[in-house]
Amino acid sequence: MTDASAQPQTSKHSGSLLEQDARTRRRNAKEARFKAYGIAAILVGVLALIVLLWAILSNGLPAFQRAIVQVDMTVTQEEFDAAEGTLFKTKEYEKLFVTALSSQMMAAGIDANFEGKALERLLGKVGGTIRAYYRENPDQIGEVVTFDLAAASRIDRYLKGSLKREDIGPDNRFIQPEDFDVADAMREAGLLKQVFDWNFITGVDTGVDNPGGAGIGASVLGSFFMMIVVLFLALPIGVAASIYLEEFAPKNRFTDFIEVNISNLAAVPSIVFGILGLAVFIQFMHLPQSAPLVGGLVLTLMTLPTIIISTRASLKAVPPSIRDAALGVGASKMQSVFHHVLPLAAPGILTGTIIGLAQALGETAPLLLIGMVGFVARYPDTFLGGLEGPNSAMPAQIYNWAARSDPVFTEKAWGGIIILLVFLLAMNIIAIILRRRFERRW
Amino acid sequence: MLDDQQLVDRKVQSKEAKIAARGVNVHYGVTHAIKDVDVDIDHKTVTAFIGPSGCGKSTFLRCINRMNDTIDVARVTGDILIDNENIYDKKVDPVQLRAKVGMVFQKPNPFPKSIYDNIAYGPRIHGLAKSKADLDEIVEKSLRRGAIWDEVKDRLNAPGTGLSGGQQQRLCIARAVATEPEVLLMDEPCSALDPIATAQVEELIDELRQNYSVVIVTHSMQQAARVSQKTAFFHLGTLVEFGETGQIFTNPQDERTESYITGRIG
Ligand SMILES: Nc1ncnc2c1ncn2[C@@H]1O[C@H](COP(=O)(O)OP(=O)(O)OP(=O)(O)O)[C@@H](O)[C@H]1O
Ligand SMILES: [Mg+2]
Repeated sequence: MTDASAQPQTSKHSGSLLEQDARTRRRNAKEARFKAYGIAAILVGVLALIVLLWAILSNGLPAFQRAIVQVDMTVTQEEFDAAEGTLFKTKEYEKLFVTALSSQMMAAGIDANFEGKALERLLGKVGGTIRAYYRENPDQIGEVVTFDLAAASRIDRYLKGSLKREDIGPDNRFIQPEDFDVADAMREAGLLKQVFDWNFITGVDTGVDNPGGAGIGASVLGSFFMMIVVLFLALPIGVAASIYLEEFAPKNRFTDFIEVNISNLAAVPSIVFGILGLAVFIQFMHLPQSAPLVGGLVLTLMTLPTIIISTRASLKAVPPSIRDAALGVGASKMQSVFHHVLPLAAPGILTGTIIGLAQALGETAPLLLIGMVGFVARYPDTFLGGLEGPNSAMPAQIYNWAARSDPVFTEKAWGGIIILLVFLLAMNIIAIILRRRFERRW
Repeated sequence: MLDDQQLVDRKVQSKEAKIAARGVNVHYGVTHAIKDVDVDIDHKTVTAFIGPSGCGKSTFLRCINRMNDTIDVARVTGDILIDNENIYDKKVDPVQLRAKVGMVFQKPNPFPKSIYDNIAYGPRIHGLAKSKADLDEIVEKSLRRGAIWDEVKDRLNAPGTGLSGGQQQRLCIARAVATEPEVLLMDEPCSALDPIATAQVEELIDELRQNYSVVIVTHSMQQAARVSQKTAFFHLGTLVEFGETGQIFTNPQDERTESYITGRIG
């Protein structure tokens, strides 16, 4: 070998280490600038997130509250019989209710007078509700019963602060300025109050005559059934397809073609899958319209490319030396994949699947086309009914509410968004936990 | 230069060829990595492959257990016979072949599983153990043969990937011998080992020679001289010289061989 050259050379690094040379200074300045850009970008992102969350929470949280009037009343057997004997039965019950309400107001030391019309504006037609209750529960006759009656939507909004006294003119059909005095008095007496609205979470959609009673429960169930369909179809099909393509398929033009097409499918707008679902599943295969089963099938088609792409990426990330090791001790291809490669790829596959599911959960456009935006006012009775009976889904329900004119429905739409986000957040947290649990070094 | 080395017994114990390669060519796409190699590897013999980096030692080694099948661009032509059966015959299942021809890879590649499972995996899939006790025995014996038992006997459930590089390599050696192959291919098994572990592995190789054929790729001429009975010198994809180790090192016929072992190419 050649010897190191003997002639002395002046070193390029002869300056003192205690002071930075121009190159180092430039390099450091570049680095500092880059860091500043990064921090600025993150700040913008965080700011946008805060604004978004603030908007959603401030608009949506009121949807979880509801104004009720809580009145204790007792109906004796004689009163019941007398009321049932009259022609306008519900009127009689209303009178009984007004009596009970007035006496409770008196007891609280507040004097207010009601006329029937005012009560109707505040509470709707209460007589029917009370009559129905006693006819269904005759054993409660003579007992003290606490009625929680939903206050009218305008009173609800008045309590939430989104409706002001000044907004109401004297010729308003739904509410009169003096009604607010009654409402204030009832609030003072502790009869009118805001409570957490469980019905919003568990209830079903309602018509325009009762916006306050609308709940998202049925459409949560619709979304749940769709997710079940997607999970049980897209995960096995997607993982099997990826394993075949990544580990077994020969690399030739045909598989290249398939690969390109899968990537293309991932970029196809979801409404295209919707119209495909309409044509194939409903018009050709005659599956029921508006059914979570069909919604799930459409979302499966939409989610498959996402799952396949992320699964193939995680399979690719498994070092080839692991496959060699397995084949080297005489394992078959199948054994090497299922014993060694798949367990290592599992966290990535799970994360990809959950992200795909979360995407599907928030998807609205294809559901519009297969009719999952209908008005759904009841829960399915059976599991099968849940799959093939008409239902809506969370985002479709939100869309539906936002399109209605009553501001109470708009509020419900914001509240629905909170629930949807809670589900998405929960799914992402599950993805992170699974990732942590299954992740292994190699 | 190797006069001071104590060379192992040069007498080849068996004349029957375990592995016979005829006209083997390997192409990686357009790269012609192995050119017309003919070689006879004897039974119960240690054969060393030496040669400069990139000359095709690993490639040829991988032909012997058909690991090149897993590389899409690799194309192998020619015949390799093991016990007079052509392993490139259409009827041969490479999985069955690899159970018979074990391999230790150039880079240690333990499974990301426990040390115990690393060793037990092969015997399990080949059904070599009748019971748990059987399997425990195989694991212990293999780890002892891999010269790593003392270091890991207290942590058999620890991950194999948590071992040091040299320990991982010995674990891989133990894993390869656990399936009781008839031929063991070792690609630079000692490149990450200290002299003590190297000596232990060489002892293992010598012990394996009692029953098996061992083919070892090495960059250490001293190691080739110490453990092998036959040596093959590869250069740029061709087998330049093949013969008794003693003869290759003391009296090489080809000048390229001589240049290499005296340190002028490589
Ligand atoms: N998977 C591959 N794809 C393409 N070319 C390859 C592949 N593996 C090896 N080669 C090429 O084949 C030739 C021989 O490689 P090989 O790994 O057999 O060398 P080697 O003798 O084992 O070298 P080293 O001593 O450095 O391990 C090299 O030119 C290399 O670039
Ligand atoms: Mg090599």
